[in-house]
Amino acid sequence: MSLRPFLDVILASLVLGVAIFTITARDLFAAVVGYVAYGLLLAFVWIRLYAPDVALTEAAVGSGVTGVLLITAGKRLGALKDVAPDRQPGLALKLLTGVLAALVASALGAVILMLPDPPPSLAPEAAAAADGPGAGLGNPITAVLMSYRSFDTMLEKIVLILAVVGVWSVGADKAWGDAPAPLRQQKAYAPMVFLAQMLAPVGALIAIHVFWTGANAPGGAFQGGALLAAMWMLTMMARLAQPPRVDAQWLRLALVAGPAVFLISGLAGGVVAGSFFAYPQALAKPIILFIEAFMVLSIAVALPMLVAGPPSERQDQ
Amino acid sequence: MAGLATTTPGGYLLVLAILLPVVGMIASFVLGGRNAERVALGSTPFGLALACAIALDVGRTGKPIIYAVGGLPPPLGIALRADGISAVMLVAAAVIVAAAAFYAREKFATPDGVGESRGSLTFWIMLQAIWAALNIIFVGGDLFNLYVALELLTFAAVPLVCIDGRAETIAAALRYLLFALFGSISYLLGVALFYGAHGTLDISLLAQRVQPSPVVWTAAALMTCGLLAKTALFPLHLWLPPAHANAPAAASAVLSGLVVKGSFFLTLRLWFYVLPALATDKAAIVLGCLGSAAIIAGSIIALRQARLKLLIAYSTVAQIGYLFLVFPLAAGAQTWSAIGWSAGVMQILAHAFAKAAMFFSAGLLAEALGHDQIAKLGGAARVLPLTLLTIALGGLSLMGLPPSGGFSAKWLMLQASVASGQWLWTLPILAGGLLAAGYIYRILAPALSDDRISSASPPKRSREAIALALAAIAIVLGFAPQTFFDFLEIGRPVVGQP
Amino acid sequence: MTPSVLAGLTGAALVGLGLYGLILHPHPLRKLLAFNLIGSGVFLVFGIVARRGAAAGFRFDPVPQAMVITGIVVAFAASAIAVALILRLAAESSHVTLDPEVWSKPNGGDTQ
Repeated sequence: MSLRPFLDVILASLVLGVAIFTITARDLFAAVVGYVAYGLLLAFVWIRLYAPDVALTEAAVGSGVTGVLLITAGKRLGALKDVAPDRQPGLALKLLTGVLAALVASALGAVILMLPDPPPSLAPEAAAAADGPGAGLGNPITAVLMSYRSFDTMLEKIVLILAVVGVWSVGADKAWGDAPAPLRQQKAYAPMVFLAQMLAPVGALIAIHVFWTGANAPGGAFQGGALLAAMWMLTMMARLAQPPRVDAQWLRLALVAGPAVFLISGLAGGVVAGSFFAYPQALAKPIILFIEAFMVLSIAVALPMLVAGPPSERQDQ
Repeated sequence: MAGLATTTPGGYLLVLAILLPVVGMIASFVLGGRNAERVALGSTPFGLALACAIALDVGRTGKPIIYAVGGLPPPLGIALRADGISAVMLVAAAVIVAAAAFYAREKFATPDGVGESRGSLTFWIMLQAIWAALNIIFVGGDLFNLYVALELLTFAAVPLVCIDGRAETIAAALRYLLFALFGSISYLLGVALFYGAHGTLDISLLAQRVQPSPVVWTAAALMTCGLLAKTALFPLHLWLPPAHANAPAAASAVLSGLVVKGSFFLTLRLWFYVLPALATDKAAIVLGCLGSAAIIAGSIIALRQARLKLLIAYSTVAQIGYLFLVFPLAAGAQTWSAIGWSAGVMQILAHAFAKAAMFFSAGLLAEALGHDQIAKLGGAARVLPLTLLTIALGGLSLMGLPPSGGFSAKWLMLQASVASGQWLWTLPILAGGLLAAGYIYRILAPALSDDRISSASPPKRSREAIALALAAIAIVLGFAPQTFFDFLEIGRPVVGQP
Repeated sequence: MTPSVLAGLTGAALVGLGLYGLILHPHPLRKLLAFNLIGSGVFLVFGIVARRGAAAGFRFDPVPQAMVITGIVVAFAASAIAVALILRLAAESSHVTLDPEVWSKPNGGDTQ
């Protein structure tokens, strides 16, 4: 008698329970911590859906880095002068919204149950293309991201850079060119320094491994880059490193390295391989890994800069 | 249908048109400082040339240009497709972005003595990003690719709204962001359902496979709802007036003229290219009613504004309403559908140019007179004759008086309403015209009066000329020959024909 | 009930829950949290579509999963921009609210 259906139901209830907590918690910090826990539980759901790549990304970016972002935001908000207390909505509005939310959820659930059977899928096409355009990659998701739908991935890297510029643009005029405020205001906490010193190098190695192995197994540039980003953020939180100045040339080059290399190889593909963003058959896998390496660099630099925020004139000691 | 997504010669132009502003963005970011501005300004003529080349190619062959990116056709790969309306929008976007770049050159130049400034770098990067995103939207053939483009557009437009750093503009930008994110996520949910139902996101393939089913209807509703939030259709328009009114003039021109048209363009793609096989009449009527409400409400609120830029922003809300009358008027394969279609595209173009010209003029007025108050505009025509002429010409198009693009659009809409028997739509069209005359009169009447005022700093002629040129284009559109309207029909799927 | 169906219904519930939070919470950071919840619900819908697309020796359809990965990163970028705006708003004024009455001035003077 299989336990799995029960486990699935328990998992689903946990996920929903923590989500409800996140929405109804009174305190912002509690809600964010709840959200991080929710993300980790969600990673388990993704594993049950046979999506380890997504589980990695969700845990690293969806709940991990987003959690750091929101906690840092909460702390910075709390450190500002007294923010006016919010007006809580009335009971009537709560009931109305509750009904609306329930209707939306039920309609969506009903529609999901009506999805066609047999379900349409591009898996056969992906399997057929695996040796050709798929560059013989063992991980079909990497093949989709870097070959079949590489245009999407390239655009997404551009979106990341644009988000960094957008975050920087919100800073004060006078502070332009300076570094963002440190991720941790007080003196470094000794166990944290120890953790950073021990974990960061190991984490960096694991990150590179996750990226490298993503060609044939779950993993890839996004997951590896996110892990590397986390290690950098860890060292910044332990005050072993400081956020760099936003006009630093190396920072800007590192940020654009991924999309720039992607663009160059995409344009070159037009000349060499007959179509923009196509790869020459024999060199496809090495080129893909080459591009991904620079993508890892760009992601590893972009994510912490997004968390660090705009340049700030108030520099800590 | 074989050859649905085979690359046509000339397809490479589509990729180049997208990648030019992208490369510009990256170069501006890395080179920084004054180079950002040089890159942006320098790339505008090339972008315009590419857009014109695409238009010429589509016109010459009479068929859409197609490009399968990576040489891999859909459903596994992504296709880019430029048909008649894509080409026209590409050219319009290139012209307006170029105009905004040259207009804003003085205001957003890096100040002397500083290597790089926040406002300047942000403006040039965001402007190019908006241009890149719009180009993808106009030629994109894959719904998820278009989602990424929509996000790019939002992330580029939001910082422009709050570029001056004041608290009100930041609040406006934040509200814009939240509406836009709600729109994106609703759109994305629709995409998920479409894929779940039909296994592809390519627009042409979906059009072949789509069946009327609850899943498809829900997906279409979700995507439309998301796009309506981004296009600021009544009642989801609340974010637009503060955002567009408080942004700098060049940014407002691009935001009102182009950015909201991007999400509207996608709504057209969804309804006329993906869903024509479905019986969408009732839904089209709903959209038409919302559009009519937008026309009336937007115009009435515009009449009551005291600030010039807020008036123009509410005018945008009203003119967007006209766009949604396309849905009931261009549906199906009747003789009047082509008229309705032409009307809709003409309205997009005329409004884009007229509104951009209006915002440029408002910016020039504010800089010269030092304020934004309509009541204190007395005698401005003596001091700034060219600017007031621009407002008059732009207003002509917004009101829908001949000869102007706006008049063509509204005249065609009236023709289509009457020919299709849906003559009720004539009422909001005519009422909107009258109300628009009201608020344009509110601007022009004091300006043309005999008061004597002096201007603190008269604007440069070149900037006035740019604004005037855009208004002139809005007027010249009114003389578009029939070949122009035939061009708009290229690539448009007609129900009942393969 | 297969895991896909269960996950799909969970996704639908999360979308509803997130919508509730998005509309009701006055604080923008809480709205952002709720929006992230909606996002993860939508991604779950992609996920079940992917799982149902198991075919040709694969246990999943890789295309929707790739879209989810892209979507997660884009959603994070959106959150980062929203956070930057919220913090700046709080620094510029003592209100962290989107309530329009707080921000609209009576129709009186500012230059652009």
